[in-house]
Amino acid sequence: MKLKSILTAAALGAASVAAQAADTIKVGVLHSLSGTMAISETTLKDTVLMLVEEQNKKGGLLGKKLEAVVVDPASNWPLFAERARELLAKDKVDVVFGCWTSVSRKSVLPVFEELNGLLFYPVQYEGEESSKNVIYTGAAPNQQAIPAVDYLMNDLEVERWVLAGTDYVYPRTTNKILEAYLKAKGVAAEDIMVNYTPFGHSDWQSIVSDIKAFGSAGKKTAVVSTINGDANVPFYKELGNQKISAEDIPVVAFSVGEEELSGIDTGPLVGHLAAWNYFMSVDTPENAAFIKQWQTFIKSQKRVTNDPMEAHYVGFNLWAQAVEKAGTTDVDKVLAALPGLETPNLTGGVAKMLPNHHITKPVLIGEITKNGQFDVVWETDGTVPGDAWSDFLPASKVIEADWVDLKCGNYNTETKECSGQVY
Amino acid sequence: MNRPLLHSMHRCMAVWALVLLAGLAHAAPPDAAYAEAVQALPEASFREKAALVAALVTQGHPNARPLLAAMLDNRLYADDRGVFIADADTTADAEPVWRDALTLNPADVSLGSRDRIRTNNSLRAALKVGLAQFDLVDPDAKVRIAAVRELSGDLDDDVLALLRAQQATDDAAAVRREIDIALAVYQLKDDDPALRLAAIEVLDGEQRNLVYNRVKPLTDPAHEPDAAVRAAASRVVAGIDGWREIYGALETLFFGLSLGSVLVLAAIGLAISFGVMGVINMAHGELIMLGAYTTYVMQLLLPNHIGLALVLAVPAAFLVSGLVGVAIERGIIRFLYGRPLETLLATFGLSLILQQVVRSIFSPLNRSVTSPDWMQGLWQINDLFSVTYNRLAIILFMLVVFALLLLVMNRTSLGLKVRAVSQNRAMAKAMGVRTARVDALTFGLGSGIAGIAGVALSQLTNVGPNLGQAYIVDSFMVVVFGGVGNLWGTLISGLSLGVLNKLLEPAAGAVMAKILVLIGLILFIQRRPKGLFPQKGRAAEGH
Repeated sequence: MKLKSILTAAALGAASVAAQAADTIKVGVLHSLSGTMAISETTLKDTVLMLVEEQNKKGGLLGKKLEAVVVDPASNWPLFAERARELLAKDKVDVVFGCWTSVSRKSVLPVFEELNGLLFYPVQYEGEESSKNVIYTGAAPNQQAIPAVDYLMNDLEVERWVLAGTDYVYPRTTNKILEAYLKAKGVAAEDIMVNYTPFGHSDWQSIVSDIKAFGSAGKKTAVVSTINGDANVPFYKELGNQKISAEDIPVVAFSVGEEELSGIDTGPLVGHLAAWNYFMSVDTPENAAFIKQWQTFIKSQKRVTNDPMEAHYVGFNLWAQAVEKAGTTDVDKVLAALPGLETPNLTGGVAKMLPNHHITKPVLIGEITKNGQFDVVWETDGTVPGDAWSDFLPASKVIEADWVDLKCGNYNTETKECSGQVY
Repeated sequence: MNRPLLHSMHRCMAVWALVLLAGLAHAAPPDAAYAEAVQALPEASFREKAALVAALVTQGHPNARPLLAAMLDNRLYADDRGVFIADADTTADAEPVWRDALTLNPADVSLGSRDRIRTNNSLRAALKVGLAQFDLVDPDAKVRIAAVRELSGDLDDDVLALLRAQQATDDAAAVRREIDIALAVYQLKDDDPALRLAAIEVLDGEQRNLVYNRVKPLTDPAHEPDAAVRAAASRVVAGIDGWREIYGALETLFFGLSLGSVLVLAAIGLAISFGVMGVINMAHGELIMLGAYTTYVMQLLLPNHIGLALVLAVPAAFLVSGLVGVAIERGIIRFLYGRPLETLLATFGLSLILQQVVRSIFSPLNRSVTSPDWMQGLWQINDLFSVTYNRLAIILFMLVVFALLLLVMNRTSLGLKVRAVSQNRAMAKAMGVRTARVDALTFGLGSGIAGIAGVALSQLTNVGPNLGQAYIVDSFMVVVFGGVGNLWGTLISGLSLGVLNKLLEPAAGAVMAKILVLIGLILFIQRRPKGLFPQKGRAAEGH
């Protein structure tokens, strides 16, 4: 009861602030500030606040100031939906930047579609989705996982594959796509080992020992890791302890970035790989300016930047452009203005908004260095367009997302119809 | 400079021409060819660097060894004057000593203009093989053995000649044996069945993976036409398979014991507060977390003595968690004796408070605790079996803690009083035991042990505000399974749950293994609610 009244009071407070500042454009921020995901998501909240401040310094948008509305869904998936409804229905925000895990995105999806909101989602994800109301500024599998596997296969001549992941939707879907892709490339089933572990797994002895045995069959072996969060540290530690070096069995990770490395002893990780669309170490003037702006805003020279932060940077600039172009913050008009827009990304390329609500991104492979940064060892020529529905799963191969001509997120090219699902 | 991937075409060509030149070592004076190859390094792409490294190895210039070693360790830098070797990591506090890569003379390299010569995985693998060729003539026999091991498996004509030459002159029998194996593995591919058979005879009794992987195809009629060779190969493979099974079982046992030791360490403090005193302390995990953070703080205080800091962290963590425990007992729990539900709620709230306190002081991010050198790496007992030092250390540490705790409980006056109070509070009071004080000390002891467990866990897992939550359920599981109030029960149950988990894991997967253990435990508790070793006489929860 008490909690409820506090929440109501907070909501009333937010509403009264809203009433005072009626002539602002409201930017909702839906990132967990407490609970297990707070580690990653707090940074993104600060990034959006920084971008809003920066835009206001430039005079805002359409002559109005921007105002950030921050809520805390507390790493609680149903609460994400509740908070999203609050942002859209009560605070009447014009756009929302938010979510990290796929399960939180799936939880808010019906709310955004029902209330016709606009969500910018900044994290790499498993694909197989394209909603009218969501802009995916993180990587789809073909912008991270597939190029990483290509790199291992072509440059490191890897023949045996361990697909290791945490047991939830993103690793399972990604590994399903990767398995299909590897088999299409002629890798035999006995050369693929799939392993799932619970969240926060800390006893890696037998799994690492299995990987070692799997990798000692005389063929070059690599681990493709979708292991999430904390569990990575004991995993890499165990690899180091069992003397598996990056030259013997390289591990390429999709969830380990600068932020995750800043809390750990990077000694055992040196030489292992990560695939992202942005690294803090990329040497471009745009990136140097962004890092400086971030460290000034957060008042610490030690803070690092990472891939989802860049995704928010790109997403925010695309949205601002679309608002200028549409001359309004009305969601339908902004959504109509978005496809085709371009904005420079931080790695020297251009991010273009595609009709399927994904963007073009470069793919970079980096090796972990001792100071917790990445040396870029490989990158794609130019950018890769994001593909919502994987071409390597038979069921999704025929499905296409196009919100410009087809006005559909899951158009079946064989039956020539939109499946009727809202997303 | 920083983006070697974006090359203009003509510079690519120039570097390739250099590689070709460098390859023709005997045509050019060796120093000049060496210098040319070295100076081409900074501008080369990874692929070109690999060719340059191969050229440097073929030339065999004496200065190439330190250069390649530096490149492998990421200690090779370039500026606009040339290429330089640092003697230590540049990220360390002190500026390293610099030498010119061409002459090995001391040099001065400024901070601003230098650029590290980058390597990648395949290049580092090539560097290791290249260095091994230099190491074949190292004065230390151990280095020579390691070099032969590195080279064996992938021999080309040059390396073959090197190995044969070394075999003829080497004075160490172990090195000669190692070269024998390398040559025999090579000989397995010979066209002459007699030579193949001879090679298998040489390899008989070896257990290493390389031998297994290379001999195994020879058991298959599709690869091996000669029946005698097939029979010999089958014998070797069967021999290795037998040993693999034995050592595999040993390894599983070791993994199980080490997982069990972690469980026992986490649970043993609880065995005292819950088992002996009957207090359901949901903040037990947070007391473990405090111990882990104490380790972190000790390492902050002694940044140059990681090992010493870890050793000192054990008594420090005992004190910190113990004092917090006494404060909890005096401040909260003593008002709630005999009301288990309220105790549970109060300590659960306390656990949230402790987590938030740590979050506010140390930030919500995980803290980095470094392992000392003697806890890293592994003890390679033979080719098939090795144990990691950190797990071995945890098992030993657990045994020491357990022995000390037994000693305290059975041989000291505090232990006597604790047992007296837990068995019959009223009678103990009548005998003049200050039960309130004993309660506080007992709870403090249990909490202190939890702190010590935190020190051990800081070496295995993440030190963060959520550390304790991951272990609280497991701890209760171990104590209840072992029988409440029985220290030996906790030891046996922790170790057996660990081994059971590891036995199930290969077949069922990590997620399923955990579920199966839990289901098994529920069934067991249904049958025997008092655990493995039920306490006899008056139960602790009688007060």
